[in-house]
Amino acid sequence: MTLALIAAAAGVGPLLLPDPLAQPCVLTCRNLAPTLAHPFGTDDLSRDILSRVASGGRISLAVAVLAVGLSVTLGALVGLVAGYWGGAVDSLLMRVVDAALAVPRLFLLLLVLAVWEQVPVAVLVLLIGATGWFGTGRLVRGEVLRLREESYVRAAEALGASRRRVIFRHLLPNTAGPLLVAATLGVGDVILLEAGLSFLGLGVQPPTPSWGGMILDAKSVLAAAPWAGIFPGLAIIITVLSANLFGDALRDAVDPRGA
Amino acid sequence: MLQAVLTFATAVVLMFVLMRLAPGDPIQRAQDDRMMSSQELARLRAIYHLDQPIHRQFAEFLKGVARADLGNSIEHGLPVTTLLAGRMVPTMLLGGAAILLNFTVGLWLGVRQAIRRGSREDRALTVLSLAGYATPSFWLGLVLAWLVGVKLGWLPVAGMKDPLLPPDAPLMVRALDVAAHLVLPALTLSIVTIAGTMRYQRTALLEVLRLPYIGTARAKGIPERAVVWRHGWRNALFPVITLFGLWLPLLVTGSVFVEMVFAWPGLGSLAADAAASRDYPLVMGAALLAAGLVVVASLLTDLAYALLDPRVRHS
Repeated sequence: MTLALIAAAAGVGPLLLPDPLAQPCVLTCRNLAPTLAHPFGTDDLSRDILSRVASGGRISLAVAVLAVGLSVTLGALVGLVAGYWGGAVDSLLMRVVDAALAVPRLFLLLLVLAVWEQVPVAVLVLLIGATGWFGTGRLVRGEVLRLREESYVRAAEALGASRRRVIFRHLLPNTAGPLLVAATLGVGDVILLEAGLSFLGLGVQPPTPSWGGMILDAKSVLAAAPWAGIFPGLAIIITVLSANLFGDALRDAVDPRGA
Repeated sequence: MLQAVLTFATAVVLMFVLMRLAPGDPIQRAQDDRMMSSQELARLRAIYHLDQPIHRQFAEFLKGVARADLGNSIEHGLPVTTLLAGRMVPTMLLGGAAILLNFTVGLWLGVRQAIRRGSREDRALTVLSLAGYATPSFWLGLVLAWLVGVKLGWLPVAGMKDPLLPPDAPLMVRALDVAAHLVLPALTLSIVTIAGTMRYQRTALLEVLRLPYIGTARAKGIPERAVVWRHGWRNALFPVITLFGLWLPLLVTGSVFVEMVFAWPGLGSLAADAAASRDYPLVMGAALLAAGLVVVASLLTDLAYALLDPRVRHS
């Protein structure tokens, strides 16, 4: 519910609000406190913060949804392959997953971003997506190992169903529940991660607004214009919290045992 | 043990591959806007073995790791290992304080929640802790620094020591000074990570309180407080220990932001600066250290679990 509202606000908001890059009056409108004309105030470059929170939300949500889409797809594929084929393929893939999970994700990204300058948003999505599938891969593999022994999968195999058919018709749909939960919880994580990277100046590049980047901009003028930092932060908290609560509710619905 | 070594080795290879995924070469990036002659660039490339084919580079890199020589930082000109070692103590101090706060408060709140399951307090605490988990640590740090440090002026907001304090001040005074600097960063780091501890403790205790021996203890007329703490909690503590292994990556990541916001002279702020200045040997060193810490922590967790839980110990 809240999530839908946030998505709607990020989708429609930028169309109704002033241009997030506009500087209406460069000298006299810097760091204005919230008023009716600028409900969230203005920042150090006299830009309207409400507009920037709304369009920053658009970027943050788009990055999160696309990156999570990518990592869930990768994770599902790897998990299905590892779980179904088993043997050497499985051991190799799971060793890689173990190793990748040992390096905190932020550091994986720092490694690439430290060499790469000025990443376009599309590449950022690819990188975040490509570093997020390890947990999902392990989760799906576990599910597949369990499902593989179920009698209906055995029956399908005995009836001569091809591997592809078994994987996509029988195994994949039955892992959809846990996958969906992982994806929802993943969205919250990725929003925090992207905000963090942008705060370090390595994520979404200015002048494109992003929540993390706005907090970075606000850092140096926090005493004069606290609203410039407080509102994007609140936007992150509300979005991530609703994504996580939704994920929890989804988990309880999908898997009553875990409740 | 062997598995931990294997995991770390694979992680090392993975990190090297990842580093080389980005287009261009690191020296080109590190040069930035500095004026450098092509001879100077060629010399730097030779020092970092970047003039050699990729398999040679990899061999050199592995040799370095094996000798605990991670090369020199481009920005500081000092060996990476020296820089990392110099930042260890502040990070461990901050991490230790955060863990202490997280575990004591988190376990206590988790137990409260389990006892009052389904009550308004239980639900409020769940939402509050999840809100903490959803809060970017750098934002919370900035807000706390602004409110408590600047507006109220109660606590220092940057660094680990007061630079004006004479170095020959009494030990007590210096310790109190560091402690005052420690409060806000440790608090920030604990708030954003406490949800996991509370949740685990709540679930673990609820599971134990369902068991028949708890019913027996209650039937014997033992006071509820003793039933919960002495009979229940002791057995609900084991699952929480495993949390430590899961928790460390969060701590390492969080410390990057928290240390940066509070100018805490630890590994996290070093890593953040290194990434910002494209100092790739230093970033690599920090990532290697982070991975090593995570592997060691999960190994220790397994060992502790085996030592403390008789069921695992004897099987």
